[in-house]
Amino acid sequence: MPKRTDIKKILIIGSGPIVIGQACEFDYSGTQACKVLKQEGYHIVLVNSNPATIMTDPGIADKTYIEPITVEVVEKIIAKEKPDALLPTLGGQTALNTTMGLAQKGVLKKYKVETIGADINAIKKGEDRQLFKAAMKKIGFSIIIRPSFTMGGAGGAIAYNIEEFKILAKRGLESSIISEILVEESVIGWKEFELEVMRDLKDNVVVICTIENFDPMGVHTGDSITVAPIQTLTNKEYQIMRNAAIACIREIGVSTGGSNIQFAIHPETGRMVVIEMNPRVSRSSALSSKATGFPIAKIAAKLAVGYTLDEIPNDITQLTPACFEPAIDYCVVKIPRFTFEKFALADSTLGISMKSVGEAMAIGRTFKEALQKGLRALELKKFGLESILFKDQEEVKIENDVLDKLYRKLRQPNAERIFYIGDAFRAKLDIEMIHDLTKIDRWFLHNIKEIIDCEREILNNKNDLPPELLKKAKEYGFSDKQLSQLLSLSEAEIYNLRKSLNIIPDFKLVDTCAAEFKAHTPYFYSTYE
Amino acid sequence: MQAILVLEDGTIFKGYSFGASGESLGEVVFNTSMAGYQEIITDPSYKGQIVTMTYPLIGNYGINKEDVESRRPFLEGLVVKEYSKIASNWRKEQGLGEYLKENNILGIEGIDTRQLTLRIREQGSMKSILSTVDFDENSLMNKVKASRGLVGVDLVKEVTIPRKYTYTQIKDAKFKVVVLDCGVKYNILRELLRYKCNVTVLPAQATAKEILDIHPDGVLLSNGPGDPAAVGYVVKTVAALIGHVPIFGICLGHQMLGLALGGKTYKLKFGHHGANHPVKDLKTGKVYITSQNHGFCVDIDSLSKKDVQLTHVNLNDGTLEGLRHKKLPVFSVQFHPEAAPGPHDAEYLFAEFARLMQKSKKR
Repeated sequence: MPKRTDIKKILIIGSGPIVIGQACEFDYSGTQACKVLKQEGYHIVLVNSNPATIMTDPGIADKTYIEPITVEVVEKIIAKEKPDALLPTLGGQTALNTTMGLAQKGVLKKYKVETIGADINAIKKGEDRQLFKAAMKKIGFSIIIRPSFTMGGAGGAIAYNIEEFKILAKRGLESSIISEILVEESVIGWKEFELEVMRDLKDNVVVICTIENFDPMGVHTGDSITVAPIQTLTNKEYQIMRNAAIACIREIGVSTGGSNIQFAIHPETGRMVVIEMNPRVSRSSALSSKATGFPIAKIAAKLAVGYTLDEIPNDITQLTPACFEPAIDYCVVKIPRFTFEKFALADSTLGISMKSVGEAMAIGRTFKEALQKGLRALELKKFGLESILFKDQEEVKIENDVLDKLYRKLRQPNAERIFYIGDAFRAKLDIEMIHDLTKIDRWFLHNIKEIIDCEREILNNKNDLPPELLKKAKEYGFSDKQLSQLLSLSEAEIYNLRKSLNIIPDFKLVDTCAAEFKAHTPYFYSTYE
Repeated sequence: MQAILVLEDGTIFKGYSFGASGESLGEVVFNTSMAGYQEIITDPSYKGQIVTMTYPLIGNYGINKEDVESRRPFLEGLVVKEYSKIASNWRKEQGLGEYLKENNILGIEGIDTRQLTLRIREQGSMKSILSTVDFDENSLMNKVKASRGLVGVDLVKEVTIPRKYTYTQIKDAKFKVVVLDCGVKYNILRELLRYKCNVTVLPAQATAKEILDIHPDGVLLSNGPGDPAAVGYVVKTVAALIGHVPIFGICLGHQMLGLALGGKTYKLKFGHHGANHPVKDLKTGKVYITSQNHGFCVDIDSLSKKDVQLTHVNLNDGTLEGLRHKKLPVFSVQFHPEAAPGPHDAEYLFAEFARLMQKSKKR
């Protein structure tokens, strides 16, 4: 279908101030949408209360209102501008909520503004927990409301045993005005996955990116280390999830654009449940775009005005259409960035509400490489998976209080847990033990162990480092700085040694197709191979 | 243990063995599926080929007994960037390396698979050798040059079953289907079972008479390895079946049907091997993400004047993906509606086959 000509003026709602859980990702997606729709010849009206965004720069939209994003103010803008359509799916939760408010107040009807991307019913169905649950039941999926809602509202909590349950249930009943609590099975410790899905008006649906969380259920996705693509599911298991995601976007009725659907899988039985769905471009969409090279927000905007996926060319290959599923030939790791040091009284343990203020994304040919690159990029003055407990890595002394601390830090998710896992291997804890404490998949733990084993091998060969070991260390993502600390040499000495041995980085393309077609976009990552 | 891969154009890749030891020759191809190595390894269509996985981390979830696609692996070797020393999944029964060793299949890791893929993309699929015993580059190169390659070679006879067998005998069966086994994947049989078919599997050498004597409601021409032009005896059988029974062809089955209808086939530069190929249904305009695995293709122009309607086309390169006879209940697709590995988007074609059989039965 060609683009729609019955609409001329489109209102886009931005995401407003930067808060935890809603940061520059939405500026990125909104800016892309403004640019592409303007290119298509539409008149773009933008409202965003945050002037420190790219999308509010002059020239991005045709008309920009820097005003509070409230139903009242947006109503006035609609009255003045009389847009034909409203695109609510690119400005995060703020834009969706405001759109819902406008619909409920009858503003959209009054001024004959059509919502494009997702209609009001789809937003309602995707966002309202009970409606979503009913929709999932209809298509035969079990869904478990997120742990934050396991016992409903303010009294909500997770009970780990029957004693705790009794106390929590009593507290919940007391805090409920109708003396009712909703008790549901907890999915704490289950494996967590996310799929980024896109749909067009012809009902073509494609999965852009698959994500596996390093941290199991119980830690907010925004606070989890996440990995693309999925690592530990067989094709059969993944296809069941893919079918579920497609059925989900169809049932909820997101007619065009992207959605993000989250799943949990029981690690021993494989039972799969749907956790939630975002019927809009989300934080993960920005990540998925960068991880695959597929510009989700840009394509979502084009789909909203009537194009179908097979009509839009893939920017990167130019010759093949956007109607496909990216194949990647590298591993992507996203690591959240916390700033608890700036909030002395804040609790640095992690749970079901998001606390991170940013994130770093790294690409490598292996998980090990991407993880260490990502840790460096956090700018925590750690240059890879360095120790947090042990000053002298050559002689790891393990006292009882150290072990106590380790166990505690492993069991209770916290901002620095990844470093404590490294130290647990340094303290000779095994994979099973660490898995029992963290519930993190053994595959991830094994890879971390390989990093620590490599570190040990380097220390053992300190005086006469074999070139193959140096090469392996670089392939495992060790930085020159890290190696200089391990080998008591300067960074420059490591650099020169590397160069003399011809161990130099290779720059590989992010091309959406695993090298199957020629790529035209200069988007590279470094790796050692 | 060291291992080495030498390509026909002289490119050499050195790595480490994680499978059986020894030596094997084959055409090197790349597959872009990010999951599904087990289905790929056990797909008989890979006979004669050494498969490179473009996704770098392979072996992560191990091997289980349920997800095999045939009685044993048929490919000549597996090439990966990093083989996972741990297998983590609730269904895993053994590690990938162990499985390859048990089945005497070579595996090489530590390879810059992207570099290798770029090489194949530019040069086309090439003859190659994988070895853990001979590291003399000249000697390896001579062996590559002397190898038979794929063009004109009948690989079907190396993968088909020796004698006929009954796959399913169910009480509430709606249809009787004969599967002509040129290297059939189990998921094709599983799909037929889903549509309540009693399935008899026949060797590729079966004649049209042998097939029709079973009085099937439909015949499925399976996938299989290599060059369709090298299996003239099957094409002859297919030609004799047209008009007598509903026919559904998949992959090699599609190519043989194309030949039987008077079309031509040719070899693609590096083929389609992956789980993300967009295919457009020309009747509905809908696009399906499909699983693909083929090195040869039916020439889209060779059928234009025949009684054939083109039904599907590949959106990446415009090649033919499906056809149907204008008058007879005969159709085929180049991609894999049975998936395994890959998306289930095109599963509806089995329902289409059932519908055709139902319609023919009524007559």
